[in-house]
Amino acid sequence: MSDETDSLSRGIDKQYLASPIKNPVDKYQLIPEFLKVRGLVKQHLDSFNYFVKTEINKIVRANNEIRSTRDPSIYLRYRDVRIGEPSMIYDGVTEKLSPQKCRLSSLTYAAPIYVTVDYTSTMRGKKQESTEKDVVIGRMPIMLRSCSCVLYGKDEEQLAKLGECPLDPGGYFVVNGTEKAMGMESDQEVVQMLGRDPRFSALLLPSIEECANLKVYTQHQALEFLESDKMLNVFSYFSGPVEKGARALSILRDILLANVPVHQHNFRKKCIYVAVMMRRMMEAILNKDTMDDKDYVGNKRLELSGQILSLLFEDLFKTMNAESKREFDASPSARYILYCIKKYNRITSELGRTLSTGNWDVKRFGMHKKGVTDVVARLSYIGTLGNMTKIKPQFEKSRKVSGPRALQPSQFGMLCPCDTPEGEACGLVKNLALMTHVTTDEDERPIISLCYYLGVEDLELLSAEELHVPSSYLIVLNGLMLGKHKSLQRFANAMRKLRRAGKIGEFVSIFVNKKQRCVYIASDGGRVCRPLVIADKGVSRIKELHMKELRDGVCDFNSFLKDGLIEYLDVNEENSLIALYEKEATPETTHIEIEPFTILGVCASLIPYPHHNQSPRNTYQCAMGSGQNATVAVMSYSGYDIEDAIVMNKSSLDRGFGRCIVMKKYTAICQKYDSCTSDRIIKPQRQGYEADRMQILDDDEIAAPGEIIRRHDIYINKESPIVTRWIPGTSPTVLPDTAYKPSRQTYQGTEGELAVVDRVALHSDENNNLSIKFMIRDTRRPEIGDKFSSRHGQKGVCGTIVQ
Amino acid sequence: MGRASDSDSDNMDSGESITKVSVWDLPDVPQGKLLSHLELKRTRVFCASLAPTNTENVNYSGAYASMGVDNSVRFEQFRNNFKVEIMRLEEDELEFDMIGIDPSLANAFRRILIAELPTMAIEKVLIANNTSIIQDEVLAHRLGLIPIKVDPRLFEYMSENDVPNEKNTIVFKLHARCKKGSERLRVLSNELKWLPNGSELILATESPASHSSTKPKTYTSFSSSQDTLPEFSNNPIAPKDADIIIAKLGPGQEIELEAHAVKGIGKTHAKWSPVATAWYRMLPEVVLLRDIEDDEAETLAKKCPVKVFDIEDIGKGKKRATVARPRACTLCRECIREEGWDKNVAVRRVNDHFIFTIESTGALPPEVLFTEAVKILEEKCERVITELS
Repeated sequence: MSDETDSLSRGIDKQYLASPIKNPVDKYQLIPEFLKVRGLVKQHLDSFNYFVKTEINKIVRANNEIRSTRDPSIYLRYRDVRIGEPSMIYDGVTEKLSPQKCRLSSLTYAAPIYVTVDYTSTMRGKKQESTEKDVVIGRMPIMLRSCSCVLYGKDEEQLAKLGECPLDPGGYFVVNGTEKAMGMESDQEVVQMLGRDPRFSALLLPSIEECANLKVYTQHQALEFLESDKMLNVFSYFSGPVEKGARALSILRDILLANVPVHQHNFRKKCIYVAVMMRRMMEAILNKDTMDDKDYVGNKRLELSGQILSLLFEDLFKTMNAESKREFDASPSARYILYCIKKYNRITSELGRTLSTGNWDVKRFGMHKKGVTDVVARLSYIGTLGNMTKIKPQFEKSRKVSGPRALQPSQFGMLCPCDTPEGEACGLVKNLALMTHVTTDEDERPIISLCYYLGVEDLELLSAEELHVPSSYLIVLNGLMLGKHKSLQRFANAMRKLRRAGKIGEFVSIFVNKKQRCVYIASDGGRVCRPLVIADKGVSRIKELHMKELRDGVCDFNSFLKDGLIEYLDVNEENSLIALYEKEATPETTHIEIEPFTILGVCASLIPYPHHNQSPRNTYQCAMGSGQNATVAVMSYSGYDIEDAIVMNKSSLDRGFGRCIVMKKYTAICQKYDSCTSDRIIKPQRQGYEADRMQILDDDEIAAPGEIIRRHDIYINKESPIVTRWIPGTSPTVLPDTAYKPSRQTYQGTEGELAVVDRVALHSDENNNLSIKFMIRDTRRPEIGDKFSSRHGQKGVCGTIVQ
Repeated sequence: MGRASDSDSDNMDSGESITKVSVWDLPDVPQGKLLSHLELKRTRVFCASLAPTNTENVNYSGAYASMGVDNSVRFEQFRNNFKVEIMRLEEDELEFDMIGIDPSLANAFRRILIAELPTMAIEKVLIANNTSIIQDEVLAHRLGLIPIKVDPRLFEYMSENDVPNEKNTIVFKLHARCKKGSERLRVLSNELKWLPNGSELILATESPASHSSTKPKTYTSFSSSQDTLPEFSNNPIAPKDADIIIAKLGPGQEIELEAHAVKGIGKTHAKWSPVATAWYRMLPEVVLLRDIEDDEAETLAKKCPVKVFDIEDIGKGKKRATVARPRACTLCRECIREEGWDKNVAVRRVNDHFIFTIESTGALPPEVLFTEAVKILEEKCERVITELS
């Protein structure tokens, strides 16, 4: 004993004792907490909420006025656009909608778009301004669980009352009764920005020579040259006589680098921008290392449902205004135009049609996309979630390129490394990782003023020489050069502190690029980012006491964020030192991962021991996120197991292994006709040769739930009138039985299966016809040819069933 | 057990002598008896570290004829050598040793037990009302799998054209309701009530008011009540276990049904199988090929996860490993996994000694099940004999 203490006291490492204690804290609990506040489809919801709350207002504000060309004093102006509660007008009565109701009665889950309209009305020859509130200009399909949805903020019990599954993630639309989800579209946007250096002059010389040869010496000559025939004749759409050179000037002002604002013909900012771009280009010529990687995830933006929907809405809204304006020019009465707007239903129908077909054709923005929406895969819960996190590329899949398909190191933690389909879309279609968040646009103005407040020198005040002095850094916000700053670290640290304190948005990224001597600040939408634990000198800010508070429910993930323990980093800012585990952190470490497995997506994270699998097995497994997965014991049996076939034990099937229930929907509509007649449902025959086929019919003439339905059974005994056209001069009378012909519907299921009528629902469809829906259930037991799989991408069909 | 060989004798040494002698005249060649290594090959399966070897039985009667050994199966010999030793007998479980029998026969018993012994199980479910969330066919399937404690020998099979009567059908009734505003209700198997008089549900084709005087026709046609039978008078038919969950009912939900149990065999559907499972294994035999002493003995004892080996004191502070519980051996081969240990320990199985386990579902006690299985095999053999003669 004494020996041991002696050796211990001698072997004490003083440095070790003085070093800060790194207690590995179990941070696992953060993940369920994160998922609780965020859910797995938050990116869709956030995007849609942003559209409904902000974007739609911007669109309306940008196109808010219709003025008559004939009498410019007559106008119509929109303001205060808002989305109401999901509802539909039914026989003149507004009826509230719930998603389940829409699914059952094939309706579109949509809410009216209300605007307040100010217009000039003429009262006894006097013009005055009138206001009409809550004018409905169309109906917007609502994303489930978004802020405009009736399910928003509801607890489990309330959801159950609405017929909704509490586990359903939402994030999709219900259009004509079918669930439609919009994927994410990845957009390539190489954010090119930003010089002058004596060694570049050699590269510029040929261009300057060419200018001299073409006798372009002054600005005016240059503009004329641009308008000349040598350049492309894109200016033809300018009408009327314009001063020479003015067209080129306007193109330069409005179209070239439209993101850089021009105030009072001050082109300086644009000039600097072009100069920086040229410098970058030349750097790339001289040194290949400075080339931007187009597959780098930090250069990509994801387009979510809100953005895609806002483009469509903007187009439709503008079209409506243009059509209204045409009417206006014909009859200058604002009241009549208002009437036209109220009657206008293209916004509603186009939104619905585009969502249900998934064909995005917006000519105004040159957009032709197919397959933007998908029917939500409901084969399994995981399959549904996997479907919601899918990212599709914008360009066509047929390209035989390997670059964009390869796994990018910058995908780490943002996009799942396993989950991608096999075949042509391999590597192009991706899936979000568990903790990834996709940002939405954020207001730049507060950030700009903050930057100037923190000592950024405005570009306007700098000379061209000062632009590239090596001692200062260029500050760029969302591709817009703000100015220069002398102290890089102080500026970046101050910005980060502000973010951690919640003074600027948590998703704003501050990225220092020392090579390019730039600080990039990004607050735009569509960036992918993920939460990480902040470390000070390599010591995690999360301590055991924080985790205890979390476990006790005193605080949640958001309070961690608010307290500055955790922050979101986007791909660019991720270029900091991140330790995987606390024990691996060094004093330089700035962040620590929450949990290693969060690099995987929803499907891949459900594979047990994925690190023991051959990598493609995990990919195969992700593609099988549908259906029921079973774990099986393996044994070979003669030839029935070759080519991945599975041999099954009959006794286990007898005992209920692999049973599944298939539901199918059959619809019957009681059509109304022009001749004031309609289909009728008649009582089943209890005697006679057809009684056998009608035995599942109840006395209410409709098949009863719980009845076993066989092939050729009649599930609705319907008759239609023979004459359905209206003959002028006849009055609606009760038709005799002879005027009807049977139009009964029979079940066409396969022979030998045991199908049962599960549910029957009656409702009226959009044309006010009675519609009867039958859910027919079929319980199936595994048979030869059915597909089975383990959880490790090992699928096979049942080869034989052994007694 | 007594047949375990000690070590290989050096029979072959004498063959090196210079004088030519016929092999048969050599004194140490046992006449009419197999050489010990051949005997071992004939009666044991070797569990080598990589895979079991010598797994096939030598069935050919003349396999050892050149050595003057007859390998044919003789009835007399079988009768003398065959032994059954019951190791454990519980209400639903039986473990016994079957010694001196061919694996094909042991397997025949197993398969008969699983697939060919009849029991009674619910086959038809007439659902009068089911407002629970469990689907009719799923409910029926669950009911089918409930074991019923009744001797199937008292009933007849019901063929396709038979009408259900008291000789071939047992009728149960289940009526469970969860009151509105009450807690969720579990419906257990003890709510299946036996109806000795047959079905109470009136046939759908029967018009309700036609024969008010005569008894209306139901789904069964019992001529007498089943509880008049002496076997059932004091012993009503019921499920074997009272606590099997059939369904769970929410407030306001109700299940009302009638279940008809008939006689059947496991081959048709596993619900008629009288055993949860019936299985056998060959008797493990663990032999120490040399004396394992002291530290080695300790290591060996530690290697075995089921503690097959014990350590005994042999005096003078020396210790020796012994095989104490060979029956417990699971043939995991942990003891011979390390390099060289297969020279110290041999793990084998006796290929005509079966440890047979029967787990009954409860309709019949396991010992009765086995005798029934023997009867069925006997019947089958007789059928073959009559077909052949």
